[in-house]
Amino acid sequence: MTEYEPRLIGFLCNCCGYAVADLAGISRIQYPPNIRFLRVMCCRRVDPSMLLGAFSEGIDGVMITTCSLGGCNYIRNHGEVETKYIFTRKLMEKAGFEPERLALEYIFASEGHKFAEQVDSFIDKVRGLGRSPVSGDSPDPGLLLNLRAAKAAAENYRLRALVGKEEKLVTEGNVYGEEMTQEELDRIIEEAVETEFTRNKIRLILSVKPMSVKGLSAETGIDSRFVLDHVVALRQRGWVDLHGVQGSSPVYRAMEVQ
Amino acid sequence: MSGNVSSQRVGVFVCRCGKDIGGVVDVPALLEYVRGIPGVVFAEEDAFACSTTGLERIEDAIRSSNLERVVVAACTPRTHEAVFQSALEKAGLNKYLVEMANIREQCSWVHREKPMEATEKAKDLVRMAVVKARLLSPWEDPEVKQNPNVLVIGGGISGMSSSLSLASLGFHVHLVEREAELGGMLRSLHKLSPTMRDSSEFLEHMVKSVGNNPNIEVHMSSKVKSVTGAIGSFDVEVESEGAEKEAFNVGRVIVAIGSDILKPQGLYGYGRDERIITQLDLEEMLKNSDISGVGTVVMIQCAGSRCDERPYCSRICCNTALKNAQILRELNRDIDVYIVYRDLQTYGIESSALELKAKKNGVKLIRYQDGKPPVVTPGGDCVAVRVFSPTINEEMEFDADIVVLSTPLVPTEGAPEISEMLRLPLDDFGFFRETHQLSPLDFATEGVYVCGTARSPKDAVESTSEGLGVGSKAAENRLGRRRGRGAAFAEINDKKCSGCGICIELCPYNAIRKDEFGVSRADASLCGGCGVCAASCPERAITMHHFTDDQLEAQILATVGRRPEK
Repeated sequence: MTEYEPRLIGFLCNCCGYAVADLAGISRIQYPPNIRFLRVMCCRRVDPSMLLGAFSEGIDGVMITTCSLGGCNYIRNHGEVETKYIFTRKLMEKAGFEPERLALEYIFASEGHKFAEQVDSFIDKVRGLGRSPVSGDSPDPGLLLNLRAAKAAAENYRLRALVGKEEKLVTEGNVYGEEMTQEELDRIIEEAVETEFTRNKIRLILSVKPMSVKGLSAETGIDSRFVLDHVVALRQRGWVDLHGVQGSSPVYRAMEVQ
Repeated sequence: MSGNVSSQRVGVFVCRCGKDIGGVVDVPALLEYVRGIPGVVFAEEDAFACSTTGLERIEDAIRSSNLERVVVAACTPRTHEAVFQSALEKAGLNKYLVEMANIREQCSWVHREKPMEATEKAKDLVRMAVVKARLLSPWEDPEVKQNPNVLVIGGGISGMSSSLSLASLGFHVHLVEREAELGGMLRSLHKLSPTMRDSSEFLEHMVKSVGNNPNIEVHMSSKVKSVTGAIGSFDVEVESEGAEKEAFNVGRVIVAIGSDILKPQGLYGYGRDERIITQLDLEEMLKNSDISGVGTVVMIQCAGSRCDERPYCSRICCNTALKNAQILRELNRDIDVYIVYRDLQTYGIESSALELKAKKNGVKLIRYQDGKPPVVTPGGDCVAVRVFSPTINEEMEFDADIVVLSTPLVPTEGAPEISEMLRLPLDDFGFFRETHQLSPLDFATEGVYVCGTARSPKDAVESTSEGLGVGSKAAENRLGRRRGRGAAFAEINDKKCSGCGICIELCPYNAIRKDEFGVSRADASLCGGCGVCAASCPERAITMHHFTDDQLEAQILATVGRRPEK
């Protein structure tokens, strides 16, 4: 095999990212051919679960190129893009997958050279990180499971609601009018990320093979008392149910969830 | 709509674009690859797919091969999507069933030295377009109720010129002016550069035309309190001094609220000595021929502009200074006029002629260096101005009877309120921003336009043409009855929605509301298509049409190619 060439994708917003990529072309600015761009109308469309999905498919790096703050055609300042970017990186970290493989870049539609430099340096950075451990035909099974658990967590109501409400919770407070500091909210999100990641991981493991709490504890390396808490919560959500009893231990299985 | 049903009959057209694509990408190899992509039943190349014959070939292939979806691998959809959409329409296929693969701007042009890699990338880009095309849904642009009336906010020169152009086309215009008189900033000006025409004479003619026009309804001493709705139907509330609130409906809105001239408190002694004035004050003096006892005039350029606080060039100040300097010299040959400048921007034919004429008339131009501005000492018998001239490498000193500061136009106070009311973004300086540099008359909110100095500093001629420009823009869209944002709009599944309201808070278009059951509903005619709602919905109950989860995920998958597609 020749030298490793990373495979990357990039999300470009229609009016700035995509326009500046076109401009780079019109100006014949050359950059490496490792990246494939997806057009979205606005980068606020980019869902963390899509990003984590891309990584679990073996993509080596993902770049989001959005308009510079204040330059957005879609009216409002788009702090939401950064919020979701930070959130996605948290889940990547939780999964044990290098968060540096995700990049967020800001640009104006007129900065063709800057765009090519951003692409260039991100490709270099990802090349430096090496091939994604889940790419190719024999992906690292543990890491793949983790990434899939992270993706499932990002599709989960609780985390999405927290991330969606983040700005409002800090600036206006919750329904009881209690304002929250960014630190408090970060702590809550951190905790929720941990919990939801673990629960989704347990569910994914059980979807392959029914297991006891003890078995799950051995598989995940989590203390069996905590595993039991998670299993109870998962049963309440209807995600997990009793499969049978092995010796004296109950064995659980994952339910089909729509 | 059959969003999730994957279409099986895709036609792919690869454009060589002369040598622009064909000279880099191996088109025969690309075609061979494309014919193997699942769902592709037709694939051909063309020298120029966007030519008349190229488009006809696409139409013929759609008919003869019963194509359900079309992929054009060519240039950027930003310029050519509409061209290929029209070919689909002609062939009887819904126009939103075409997807473009950008193998020119984002492939052949940027990988010219790497034809092999460029060909591989082109294969990926076409595969990504095919998988998305197979998931595209048809969409009929909704008909929007069109009120032919127009609201113009601001009765300055740009507002009046847009009102007149619309009125001449037969549209009824509501012109709302906050002052008791029409004219805006022009009322304070003496003569207009470069024509040297009397501002008042010009204005009088225009105000008369507006007043006599039965299609223009002027609301004097009035303020727009609120505008709600969308293109075709905006509800407007206007408050007038000493009168009851008025309410009416219009189909388009033009913002022509103008700008203010900077009064640079503290700069070059302004505000501490009444002999230190702005160009606007000088215009007033010239208008009243009130220049007795003036022997020496020093004008200072870029006063409060092109600095850290206001990095922009205000465009009009060089011309204004040259014009007023010349008028002073023409009124009285004994008046010495010095223009102290950093860089003289006399762009274009008229403006450079003005510079030559001023020089011929004895106006003295003295350059100062950036970082070494002139020093003004107020309070003496005369106002002392010292300036270091890099040309003669010496400091010069003048005893001025008046010092005129050429200050920039700055956004008017009301701009943020209008920006919020009409969902129009402002730029870094507080002027209204267009959607794109290359679409200077299009703005973020459909059916709303901005002209004149509210957009950026400009002179009377430029304000007039911009007024005429947005006037015809507002009329042009009226001829069609359809909404132009395309097939990207949000739809909420009311069975899945839990009513959490996150989408409502995040939507920048105020396009989502709760219905009587407490469930969110998106209004497609208001939706701008950004997709923040779909990416944030905790229940994943929102479909962002034309950029659905399924479509984007299929595109991602197509770049990896690990799993075979069915």
